[in-house]
Amino acid sequence: MADLRDLYQQIIVDHSRSPRNCRVLQGASLSAEGDNPLCGDHVTLYVQMEGERVKDISFQGNGCAISTASASLLTEMLKGKTRAEAEALFESFHDVVTGAPYVEKPGAPALGKLAVFAGVSQFPLRVKCATLVWHTLKAALNQIKEPVSTE
Amino acid sequence: MKTASNPSDHKTTQPLAAEFNLLQIRQDFPVLKQTIRGKPLVYLDNAATTQKPQCVMDAIVGFYAFDCSNVHRGVHELSRRATESYEGARLKVQKFLNAAESREIIFVRGATEGINLVAHSFLRPTLQPGDEILISAMEHHSNIVPWQMLCEERGAILRVAPINDLGELIMEAFEQLLSPRTRLVAITHVSNALGTITPIRHIISLAHGKGVPVLVDGAQAVAHMPVDVQELDCDFYVFSGHKLYGPTGIGVLYGNSELLEKMVPFQGGGDMISSVTFEKTTYNTLPYKFEAGTPNIAATIGLGAAIDYVSAIGLKNIAAHEHQLLAYATEAFARIPGVRLIGTASKKAAVLSFLVDGVHPHDIGTILDQDGVAIRAGHHCAQPVMARFGIPATTRASFGVYNTTAEIDALVAGIYKVKEIMG
Repeated sequence: MADLRDLYQQIIVDHSRSPRNCRVLQGASLSAEGDNPLCGDHVTLYVQMEGERVKDISFQGNGCAISTASASLLTEMLKGKTRAEAEALFESFHDVVTGAPYVEKPGAPALGKLAVFAGVSQFPLRVKCATLVWHTLKAALNQIKEPVSTE
Repeated sequence: MKTASNPSDHKTTQPLAAEFNLLQIRQDFPVLKQTIRGKPLVYLDNAATTQKPQCVMDAIVGFYAFDCSNVHRGVHELSRRATESYEGARLKVQKFLNAAESREIIFVRGATEGINLVAHSFLRPTLQPGDEILISAMEHHSNIVPWQMLCEERGAILRVAPINDLGELIMEAFEQLLSPRTRLVAITHVSNALGTITPIRHIISLAHGKGVPVLVDGAQAVAHMPVDVQELDCDFYVFSGHKLYGPTGIGVLYGNSELLEKMVPFQGGGDMISSVTFEKTTYNTLPYKFEAGTPNIAATIGLGAAIDYVSAIGLKNIAAHEHQLLAYATEAFARIPGVRLIGTASKKAAVLSFLVDGVHPHDIGTILDQDGVAIRAGHHCAQPVMARFGIPATTRASFGVYNTTAEIDALVAGIYKVKEIMG
């Protein structure tokens, strides 16, 4: 049986209550918006690149604990990472939240705190909440203007 | 031959009118007998869809098992039976809504299609640039978007009557927005997101006073209170079968016959014609003019069975029971610290929309689901209502004929668990 404490781990509750890097990033070189139309989650992600590296990253939005914590932890994890590392990390993260067997991706940074999202895999309806900000990141890095939608 | 659509079949499984037997009612709904993760299912998402009693399922299966045939066509016995059951359902709906004539009952896919039909066939042919359509700030998207699309196409203007902080229509503002350019008022009978029961008779008399026809969205009303379209004096009334313990894919548009007669067809096809040549087609009479193609016969018969079912219990009895549940839940929620109700109108139907401090409704939904408590979390297809209250979403518990105070206790216990986990 799925355990709620696996989903709502302390670190997730903490980041949802006090999200890090939750602000507009003035002069961000990249940004994108993401929507989860079914539950009304909305996120705007701001990225300041320096060459191939993420110099600064922040987000703003409305969402559930899972999507807010995911956005908060994403910004923590990605500061200083390269574009390629960010994309590889998304793949690892996606495996974690969908319960796919862990395979080390070449060039992917360690999952670190993102491992706390493993509990999401027991709650299939919540996978979209966890991945919304990551899809939004991909859109920002690829300069996609249309808002990303989970539907 | 016995078909389940025969009313005598389900009399045996129903309580007598005026005698509300909750235990018996729960027995009528097989879905309620299950457990979810070891806990009894507590189904509090009735505003989204209601569960189906056995008699409705029997009626559907009975049609397919014994009477399956097309309607209005064949000369054979099965087609006769199918037509009789299908048209029998229309008579049941007529009686249920107290419509003057059965030809005023048009079968559609649901309330949404009924509204789109009126937009297309009633308003679209004559709507001029600068004309106005008046709706309220608490409409479901289905009673906003068809009008928006039409306004965009015709250069007409969508006016929105505001609501107050309790979620009640501000009548003075509504009256002021009724203008010489208003061509239609389209308004909900009961708000799906807030539970507000609108003063629909007063609204209709104000509109009619200025010669404006009124469409009433009754999707959230018909399962919760008696509705009499002649007494309301509405021009159009729509509802969906699946929110009335009936099947999905079937709904009703009631229209005043004088208006329906003048309207152009909605869709072209079989059954809606009386003669076709390549030069000219003559349309069929009401109600068939609006029922192109083979209809959802089984679901229509299922809807007829659902109407028999709720009528036998009595809509007044159902309303009284749900009113008790709402009062019980409202009082229980008032005692939970950090909980705020959204929608506190003085007249409400069986909807409890709420927020828990610092916890997103989606998380509440997941935590309650772990204990088998099914509620809705989100914007309830009423994003403008959420915007009015400055919130992205609410958690909504909505009650039906089979719900119990013990189930509300389970919901309340779940909210305390939410606070513990997310605290």
